[in-house]
Amino acid sequence: MNPYDESVTGIVFRVIAYVLLAPLAGGLLAGLDRKVSAWMQGRVGPPVVQPFYDVAKLFSKEKIAVNRFQNFFVFLFFLFMIFTGSLFFAGASILIVVFVLVLASLFFVLAGFSVNSPYSHIGAERELIQMMAYDPAIIILAIGFYVVTGSFNVGSIYQASREGHLILYLPGVFAAYLYVLTIKFRKSPFDLSVSHHAHQEIVRGLTTEFSGPHLALIEMAHWYENILLLGLIYLFFAFNPLIGVGVSLLAYFAEVFVDNAFARVKWQVMFASTWVFTIMAGVSNLIIIHYVLRR
Amino acid sequence: MSFLKRSPWVFHYNASSCNGCDFELFAALMPRYDPERFGVINTGNPKHADILLITGSMNVRNVEVVRNLYNQMPSPKVVVAVGICATSACVFADAYNVLGGVDKVLPVDVYVLGCAVRPEAILDGILKAAEVLEEKHLALRAGKADKGEVPA
Repeated sequence: MNPYDESVTGIVFRVIAYVLLAPLAGGLLAGLDRKVSAWMQGRVGPPVVQPFYDVAKLFSKEKIAVNRFQNFFVFLFFLFMIFTGSLFFAGASILIVVFVLVLASLFFVLAGFSVNSPYSHIGAERELIQMMAYDPAIIILAIGFYVVTGSFNVGSIYQASREGHLILYLPGVFAAYLYVLTIKFRKSPFDLSVSHHAHQEIVRGLTTEFSGPHLALIEMAHWYENILLLGLIYLFFAFNPLIGVGVSLLAYFAEVFVDNAFARVKWQVMFASTWVFTIMAGVSNLIIIHYVLRR
Repeated sequence: MSFLKRSPWVFHYNASSCNGCDFELFAALMPRYDPERFGVINTGNPKHADILLITGSMNVRNVEVVRNLYNQMPSPKVVVAVGICATSACVFADAYNVLGGVDKVLPVDVYVLGCAVRPEAILDGILKAAEVLEEKHLALRAGKADKGEVPA
Protein backbone atom coordinates (compact mmCIF):
# COMPACT_ATOMS: atom_id res chain seq x y z
CA MET A 1 0.00 0.00 0.00
CA ASN A 2 1.41 3.33 -1.01
CA PRO A 3 0.15 6.07 1.30
CA TYR A 4 1.95 8.78 -0.65
CA ASP A 5 -0.64 10.33 -2.92
CA GLU A 6 0.92 12.62 -5.51
CA SER A 7 -2.32 14.05 -6.77
CA VAL A 8 -3.53 17.52 -5.85
CA THR A 9 -6.01 16.15 -3.32
CA GLY A 10 -3.22 14.25 -1.60
CA ILE A 11 -1.07 17.35 -1.41
CA VAL A 12 -3.90 19.54 -0.11
CA PHE A 13 -4.83 16.92 2.47
CA ARG A 14 -1.25 16.64 3.76
CA VAL A 15 -0.78 20.42 3.91
CA ILE A 16 -4.03 20.93 5.81
CA ALA A 17 -3.12 18.07 8.16
CA TYR A 18 0.26 19.67 8.82
CA VAL A 19 -1.13 23.18 9.40
CA LEU A 20 -3.79 21.94 11.82
CA LEU A 21 -2.08 19.01 13.56
CA ALA A 22 1.56 20.09 13.78
CA PRO A 23 0.98 22.72 16.51
CA LEU A 24 -0.95 20.13 18.55
CA ALA A 25 1.83 17.58 18.19
CA GLY A 26 4.56 20.19 18.70
CA GLY A 27 2.89 21.55 21.82
CA LEU A 28 2.44 18.06 23.27
CA LEU A 29 6.09 17.30 22.57
CA ALA A 30 7.08 20.53 24.32
CA GLY A 31 4.93 19.53 27.29
CA LEU A 32 6.48 16.06 27.36
CA ASP A 33 9.90 17.71 27.20
CA ARG A 34 9.09 19.65 30.41
CA LYS A 35 7.57 16.60 32.09
CA VAL A 36 10.59 14.39 31.33
CA SER A 37 12.99 17.15 32.42
CA ALA A 38 11.04 17.47 35.66
CA TRP A 39 11.21 13.72 36.22
CA MET A 40 14.97 13.84 35.65
CA GLN A 41 15.24 16.58 38.27
CA GLY A 42 13.24 14.63 40.84
CA ARG A 43 10.07 16.69 40.68
CA VAL A 44 6.56 16.46 39.30
CA GLY A 45 6.55 19.18 36.65
CA PRO A 46 3.68 20.90 34.87
CA PRO A 47 0.82 19.05 33.14
CA VAL A 48 1.70 17.85 29.65
CA VAL A 49 -0.68 20.38 28.09
CA GLN A 50 1.03 23.29 29.87
CA PRO A 51 2.51 24.78 26.64
CA PHE A 52 -1.05 25.25 25.37
CA TYR A 53 -1.98 27.06 28.58
CA ASP A 54 1.12 29.25 28.17
CA VAL A 55 0.30 30.17 24.58
CA ALA A 56 -3.36 30.82 25.41
CA LYS A 57 -2.31 33.05 28.29
CA LEU A 58 0.12 34.96 26.08
CA PHE A 59 -2.64 35.63 23.56
CA SER A 60 -4.74 37.26 26.26
CA LYS A 61 -2.01 39.69 27.33
CA GLU A 62 -1.72 43.31 26.29
CA LYS A 63 0.02 44.03 22.99
CA ILE A 64 3.18 46.00 23.66
CA ALA A 65 5.34 46.92 20.68
CA VAL A 66 8.64 48.73 20.90
CA ASN A 67 8.53 49.78 17.26
CA ARG A 68 6.46 49.25 14.11
CA PHE A 69 8.66 46.60 12.56
CA GLN A 70 9.32 43.98 15.19
CA ASN A 71 5.89 42.38 15.08
CA PHE A 72 5.85 42.35 11.29
CA PHE A 73 9.06 40.30 11.31
CA VAL A 74 7.70 37.88 13.92
CA PHE A 75 4.57 37.40 11.87
CA LEU A 76 6.62 36.69 8.74
CA PHE A 77 8.78 34.24 10.70
CA PHE A 78 5.59 32.42 11.76
CA LEU A 79 4.13 32.42 8.25
CA PHE A 80 7.26 31.21 6.51
CA MET A 81 7.80 28.47 9.09
CA ILE A 82 4.33 27.12 8.32
CA PHE A 83 5.10 27.54 4.62
CA THR A 84 8.32 25.53 4.74
CA GLY A 85 6.70 22.74 6.73
CA SER A 86 3.82 22.63 4.28
CA LEU A 87 6.27 22.46 1.37
CA PHE A 88 8.05 19.53 3.01
CA PHE A 89 4.91 17.52 3.70
CA ALA A 90 3.49 18.37 0.30
CA GLY A 91 6.57 16.72 -1.22
CA ALA A 92 8.31 19.68 -2.83
CA SER A 93 12.03 20.00 -3.56
CA ILE A 94 14.09 19.65 -0.41
CA LEU A 95 16.28 22.53 -1.53
CA ILE A 96 13.30 24.90 -1.51
CA VAL A 97 12.34 23.56 1.92
CA VAL A 98 15.83 24.33 3.25
CA PHE A 99 15.94 27.77 1.67
CA VAL A 100 12.55 28.81 3.01
CA LEU A 101 13.58 27.48 6.43
CA VAL A 102 16.66 29.71 6.27
CA LEU A 103 14.46 32.62 5.19
CA ALA A 104 12.14 32.09 8.14
CA SER A 105 15.11 32.00 10.51
CA LEU A 106 16.41 35.21 8.96
CA PHE A 107 13.11 36.94 9.70
CA PHE A 108 13.50 35.83 13.30
CA VAL A 109 17.01 37.32 13.36
CA LEU A 110 15.74 40.56 11.80
CA ALA A 111 13.09 40.75 14.48
CA GLY A 112 15.84 40.53 17.06
CA PHE A 113 17.89 43.26 15.38
CA SER A 114 14.89 45.55 14.86
CA VAL A 115 14.67 46.40 18.56
CA ASN A 116 17.16 48.32 20.64
CA SER A 117 17.85 45.90 23.44
CA PRO A 118 21.51 44.80 23.53
CA TYR A 119 20.37 41.39 24.78
CA SER A 120 18.25 41.07 21.68
CA HIS A 121 21.17 42.05 19.45
CA ILE A 122 23.52 39.55 21.04
CA GLY A 123 20.82 36.92 20.70
CA ALA A 124 20.36 37.78 17.03
CA GLU A 125 24.10 37.63 16.37
CA ARG A 126 24.29 34.25 18.09
CA GLU A 127 21.34 33.04 16.06
CA LEU A 128 23.26 33.95 12.90
CA ILE A 129 26.31 32.06 14.15
CA GLN A 130 24.07 29.08 14.92
CA MET A 131 22.73 29.22 11.37
CA MET A 132 26.26 29.23 10.00
CA ALA A 133 27.03 26.23 12.19
CA TYR A 134 24.10 24.05 11.17
CA ASP A 135 23.57 24.99 7.52
CA PRO A 136 26.41 22.80 6.13
CA ALA A 137 24.88 19.73 7.75
CA ILE A 138 21.46 20.56 6.31
CA ILE A 139 22.87 21.10 2.82
CA ILE A 140 24.86 17.86 3.08
CA LEU A 141 21.59 16.18 4.06
CA ALA A 142 20.00 17.38 0.81
CA ILE A 143 23.03 16.41 -1.24
CA GLY A 144 23.16 12.99 0.41
CA PHE A 145 19.55 12.32 -0.50
CA TYR A 146 20.27 13.37 -4.07
CA VAL A 147 23.35 11.18 -4.46
CA VAL A 148 21.50 8.09 -3.20
CA THR A 149 18.03 8.58 -4.69
CA GLY A 150 18.81 10.72 -7.73
CA SER A 151 16.29 13.38 -6.82
CA PHE A 152 15.93 16.47 -4.66
CA ASN A 153 12.15 16.02 -4.51
CA VAL A 154 10.89 15.01 -1.05
CA GLY A 155 8.15 12.89 -2.60
CA SER A 156 10.65 10.86 -4.64
CA ILE A 157 13.03 10.60 -1.69
CA TYR A 158 10.18 9.25 0.41
CA GLN A 159 9.27 6.68 -2.25
CA ALA A 160 12.91 5.61 -2.57
CA SER A 161 13.22 5.39 1.20
CA ARG A 162 10.22 3.11 1.44
CA GLU A 163 11.89 0.65 -0.92
CA GLY A 164 15.56 1.02 -0.04
CA HIS A 165 16.99 1.58 3.43
CA LEU A 166 18.33 5.15 3.21
CA ILE A 167 19.86 4.95 6.67
CA LEU A 168 22.24 2.22 5.51
CA TYR A 169 23.61 4.49 2.77
CA LEU A 170 23.66 7.69 4.80
CA PRO A 171 24.62 6.90 8.41
CA GLY A 172 27.26 9.65 8.56
CA VAL A 173 24.88 12.25 7.14
CA PHE A 174 22.28 11.13 9.68
CA ALA A 175 24.82 11.44 12.50
CA ALA A 176 25.76 14.95 11.39
CA TYR A 177 22.06 15.87 11.25
CA LEU A 178 21.53 14.55 14.78
CA TYR A 179 24.44 16.66 15.98
CA VAL A 180 23.00 19.87 14.55
CA LEU A 181 19.54 18.93 15.80
CA THR A 182 20.73 20.04 19.23
CA ILE A 183 21.21 23.52 17.78
CA LYS A 184 17.89 23.50 15.92
CA PHE A 185 15.89 22.35 18.96
CA ARG A 186 17.65 25.04 21.03
CA LYS A 187 18.92 22.64 23.64
CA SER A 188 22.04 22.81 25.79
CA PRO A 189 24.97 22.75 25.04
CA PHE A 190 24.01 24.76 21.94
CA ASP A 191 21.17 26.98 23.18
CA LEU A 192 23.02 30.22 22.70
CA SER A 193 20.49 32.61 21.26
CA VAL A 194 17.12 31.85 22.86
CA SER A 195 17.05 29.52 25.80
CA HIS A 196 14.52 27.99 28.12
CA HIS A 197 13.39 29.81 31.18
CA ALA A 198 15.78 28.11 33.52
CA HIS A 199 18.77 28.56 31.23
CA GLN A 200 18.92 32.33 30.91
CA GLU A 201 22.17 34.05 30.17
CA ILE A 202 21.37 37.17 28.14
CA VAL A 203 17.98 37.72 29.80
CA ARG A 204 15.74 36.09 27.17
CA GLY A 205 18.06 36.55 24.20
CA LEU A 206 16.31 37.14 20.90
CA THR A 207 12.86 37.20 22.46
CA THR A 208 13.67 39.83 25.10
CA GLU A 209 11.56 42.58 23.60
CA PHE A 210 8.61 40.42 22.58
CA SER A 211 5.60 39.93 24.76
CA GLY A 212 2.04 38.74 24.65
CA PRO A 213 0.63 37.50 21.34
CA HIS A 214 3.91 37.84 19.43
CA LEU A 215 5.79 35.72 21.92
CA ALA A 216 2.99 33.15 21.50
CA LEU A 217 3.55 33.21 17.72
CA ILE A 218 7.27 32.60 18.20
CA GLU A 219 6.50 29.64 20.46
CA MET A 220 4.06 28.16 17.94
CA ALA A 221 6.54 28.69 15.08
CA HIS A 222 9.04 26.61 17.06
CA TRP A 223 6.43 23.83 17.39
CA TYR A 224 5.91 23.83 13.61
CA GLU A 225 9.68 23.76 13.10
CA ASN A 226 10.13 20.81 15.47
CA ILE A 227 7.63 18.72 13.54
CA LEU A 228 9.46 19.53 10.29
CA LEU A 229 12.79 18.52 11.84
CA LEU A 230 11.37 15.25 13.13
CA GLY A 231 9.89 14.63 9.68
CA LEU A 232 13.38 14.84 8.23
CA ILE A 233 14.46 12.07 10.60
CA TYR A 234 11.49 9.99 9.49
CA LEU A 235 12.68 10.21 5.87
CA PHE A 236 15.68 8.04 6.74
CA PHE A 237 13.49 5.29 8.17
CA ALA A 238 10.41 5.43 5.95
CA PHE A 239 10.69 1.70 5.09
CA ASN A 240 8.93 0.96 8.38
CA PRO A 241 6.58 3.65 9.74
CA LEU A 242 6.82 2.32 13.28
CA ILE A 243 10.61 2.48 13.26
CA GLY A 244 10.44 5.91 11.62
CA VAL A 245 8.17 7.42 14.27
CA GLY A 246 10.03 5.54 17.00
CA VAL A 247 13.44 6.87 16.00
CA SER A 248 12.06 10.41 15.61
CA LEU A 249 10.64 10.34 19.14
CA LEU A 250 13.78 8.69 20.47
CA ALA A 251 15.91 11.45 18.93
CA TYR A 252 13.66 14.10 20.50
CA PHE A 253 13.90 12.61 23.97
CA ALA A 254 17.64 12.04 23.55
CA GLU A 255 17.85 15.80 22.93
CA VAL A 256 15.91 16.40 26.15
CA PHE A 257 18.37 14.16 27.98
CA VAL A 258 21.35 16.01 26.47
CA ASP A 259 19.70 19.31 27.42
CA ASN A 260 19.56 18.25 31.05
CA ALA A 261 23.05 16.79 31.07
CA PHE A 262 25.13 19.55 29.52
CA ALA A 263 25.82 23.20 30.20
CA ARG A 264 25.93 25.80 27.46
CA VAL A 265 29.22 26.15 25.54
CA LYS A 266 30.79 29.21 23.98
CA TRP A 267 29.88 29.95 20.39
CA GLN A 268 33.41 29.19 19.21
CA VAL A 269 33.11 25.67 20.61
CA MET A 270 29.68 25.16 19.07
CA PHE A 271 30.75 26.45 15.68
CA ALA A 272 34.06 24.56 15.48
CA SER A 273 32.74 21.26 16.83
CA THR A 274 29.71 21.33 14.53
CA TRP A 275 31.76 21.97 11.41
CA VAL A 276 34.39 19.37 12.37
CA PHE A 277 31.74 16.73 13.04
CA THR A 278 29.79 17.61 9.90
CA ILE A 279 32.90 17.27 7.75
CA MET A 280 34.06 14.10 9.45
CA ALA A 281 30.72 12.32 9.40
CA GLY A 282 28.81 13.95 6.55
CA VAL A 283 31.42 14.67 3.91
CA SER A 284 33.17 11.34 4.37
CA ASN A 285 29.81 9.60 4.03
CA LEU A 286 29.19 11.44 0.76
CA ILE A 287 32.64 10.54 -0.58
CA ILE A 288 32.24 6.88 0.33
CA ILE A 289 28.80 6.42 -1.18
CA HIS A 290 29.86 8.33 -4.28
CA TYR A 291 32.46 5.65 -4.94
CA VAL A 292 30.17 2.82 -3.80
CA LEU A 293 27.33 3.88 -6.05
CA ARG A 294 29.55 4.55 -9.06
CA ARG A 295 30.09 0.82 -9.47
CA MET B 1 -11.11 28.79 30.62
CA SER B 2 -8.75 30.37 33.09
CA PHE B 3 -5.39 30.35 31.37
CA LEU B 4 -3.83 33.17 33.35
CA LYS B 5 -4.31 31.18 36.52
CA ARG B 6 -2.65 28.16 34.97
CA SER B 7 0.42 29.92 33.62
CA PRO B 8 1.57 32.65 36.02
CA TRP B 9 5.04 33.76 35.02
CA VAL B 10 6.92 35.61 37.73
CA PHE B 11 9.63 38.24 37.72
CA HIS B 12 11.62 38.94 40.81
CA TYR B 13 13.17 42.26 41.75
CA ASN B 14 15.27 42.96 44.82
CA ALA B 15 14.53 46.56 45.75
CA SER B 16 16.70 47.04 48.82
CA SER B 17 16.43 43.71 50.49
CA CYS B 18 19.07 42.17 52.72
CA ASN B 19 18.82 39.12 50.38
CA GLY B 20 17.14 37.02 53.06
CA CYS B 21 13.77 37.04 51.31
CA ASP B 22 15.58 36.57 47.97
CA PHE B 23 17.26 33.39 49.19
CA GLU B 24 13.91 32.06 50.33
CA LEU B 25 12.29 33.18 47.08
CA PHE B 26 14.80 31.34 44.94
CA ALA B 27 14.47 28.33 47.21
CA ALA B 28 10.72 28.48 46.60
CA LEU B 29 11.36 28.43 42.84
CA MET B 30 13.65 25.39 42.99
CA PRO B 31 12.74 21.72 42.38
CA ARG B 32 12.11 20.95 46.06
CA TYR B 33 8.96 23.08 46.12
CA ASP B 34 8.43 22.69 42.37
CA PRO B 35 6.35 25.72 41.45
CA GLU B 36 6.47 24.62 37.80
CA ARG B 37 3.73 22.08 38.51
CA PHE B 38 1.45 25.15 38.75
CA GLY B 39 2.90 26.56 35.54
CA VAL B 40 5.03 29.11 37.39
CA ILE B 41 8.16 30.04 35.49
CA ASN B 42 10.76 32.51 36.68
CA THR B 43 11.37 34.74 33.68
CA GLY B 44 14.13 37.30 33.97
CA ASN B 45 12.27 39.67 31.70
CA PRO B 46 9.44 41.97 32.84
CA LYS B 47 8.00 41.92 29.33
CA HIS B 48 7.33 38.20 29.71
CA ALA B 49 6.05 38.31 33.28
CA ASP B 50 2.59 38.43 34.86
CA ILE B 51 3.53 38.66 38.51
CA LEU B 52 6.11 41.06 39.95
CA LEU B 53 7.68 39.82 43.17
CA ILE B 54 9.39 42.63 45.05
CA THR B 55 11.54 42.18 48.13
CA GLY B 56 12.93 45.02 50.18
CA SER B 57 11.65 48.53 50.77
CA MET B 58 11.42 51.51 48.46
CA ASN B 59 14.04 54.21 48.65
CA VAL B 60 14.63 57.32 46.59
CA ARG B 61 16.89 55.48 44.13
CA ASN B 62 14.91 52.36 43.34
CA VAL B 63 11.58 54.15 42.90
CA GLU B 64 12.33 54.91 39.26
CA VAL B 65 13.56 51.40 38.57
CA VAL B 66 10.49 49.78 40.08
CA ARG B 67 8.16 52.06 38.13
CA ASN B 68 10.09 51.29 34.95
CA LEU B 69 9.81 47.54 35.50
CA TYR B 70 6.12 47.75 36.33
CA ASN B 71 5.35 49.83 33.25
CA GLN B 72 7.17 47.37 31.01
CA MET B 73 4.96 44.50 32.09
CA PRO B 74 1.98 43.88 29.80
CA SER B 75 -1.36 43.87 31.57
CA PRO B 76 -2.99 42.11 33.30
CA LYS B 77 -0.29 42.19 35.94
CA VAL B 78 -0.07 41.70 39.68
CA VAL B 79 2.39 42.96 42.29
CA VAL B 80 3.35 40.84 45.28
CA ALA B 81 5.20 42.43 48.18
CA VAL B 82 7.41 39.71 49.57
CA GLY B 83 8.51 40.19 53.15
CA ILE B 84 7.78 42.76 55.80
CA CYS B 85 10.28 45.24 54.31
CA ALA B 86 8.35 45.32 51.07
CA THR B 87 5.06 45.58 52.97
CA SER B 88 5.91 48.48 55.27
CA ALA B 89 9.70 48.93 55.46
CA CYS B 90 9.55 47.48 58.99
CA VAL B 91 12.57 48.58 61.03
CA PHE B 92 13.93 50.75 58.22
CA ALA B 93 10.89 52.99 57.94
CA ASP B 94 12.57 55.91 59.74
CA ALA B 95 15.72 55.90 57.60
CA TYR B 96 16.34 59.11 55.67
CA ASN B 97 16.29 57.46 52.24
CA VAL B 98 13.48 54.97 52.77
CA LEU B 99 10.07 55.90 51.39
CA GLY B 100 8.22 52.91 52.82
CA GLY B 101 6.79 49.70 51.47
CA VAL B 102 6.08 48.91 47.84
CA ASP B 103 2.56 50.25 48.10
CA LYS B 104 4.00 53.76 48.30
CA VAL B 105 4.97 53.36 44.62
CA LEU B 106 2.93 50.57 43.03
CA PRO B 107 -0.55 49.14 43.52
CA VAL B 108 0.19 45.99 45.55
CA ASP B 109 -2.24 43.09 45.32
CA VAL B 110 -0.75 40.48 47.63
CA TYR B 111 1.30 40.97 50.78
CA VAL B 112 3.40 38.04 51.95
CA LEU B 113 4.65 38.65 55.46
CA GLY B 114 7.74 37.29 57.14
CA CYS B 115 11.36 38.05 57.84
CA ALA B 116 12.55 36.15 56.01
CA VAL B 117 9.45 34.83 54.31
CA ARG B 118 9.09 31.05 54.33
CA PRO B 119 9.19 29.45 50.87
CA GLU B 120 5.79 27.86 51.49
CA ALA B 121 4.34 31.30 52.18
CA ILE B 122 5.91 32.67 49.00
CA LEU B 123 4.35 29.87 46.95
CA ASP B 124 1.02 30.58 48.63
CA GLY B 125 1.43 34.26 47.74
CA ILE B 126 2.20 33.44 44.10
CA LEU B 127 -0.88 31.24 43.84
CA LYS B 128 -3.08 33.92 45.43
CA ALA B 129 -1.57 36.39 42.96
CA ALA B 130 -2.57 34.05 40.14
CA GLU B 131 -6.17 34.23 41.37
CA VAL B 132 -6.00 38.04 41.44
CA LEU B 133 -4.51 37.92 37.95
CA GLU B 134 -7.52 36.00 36.74
CA GLU B 135 -9.89 38.56 38.29
CA LYS B 136 -7.99 41.43 36.64
CA HIS B 137 -8.13 39.66 33.30
CA LEU B 138 -11.89 39.32 33.53
CA ALA B 139 -12.19 42.97 34.58
CA LEU B 140 -10.05 44.05 31.61
CA ARG B 141 -12.14 42.00 29.24
CA ALA B 142 -15.31 43.56 30.62
CA GLY B 143 -13.74 46.96 30.04
CA LYS B 144 -13.90 47.95 33.68
CA ALA B 145 -10.19 48.34 34.39
CA ASP B 146 -7.39 50.35 32.86
CA LYS B 147 -4.04 49.11 31.62
CA GLY B 148 -2.16 49.86 34.81
CA GLU B 149 0.65 52.34 34.20
CA VAL B 150 2.36 54.21 36.95
CA PRO B 151 3.33 57.72 35.87
CA ALA B 152 6.84 58.94 36.59
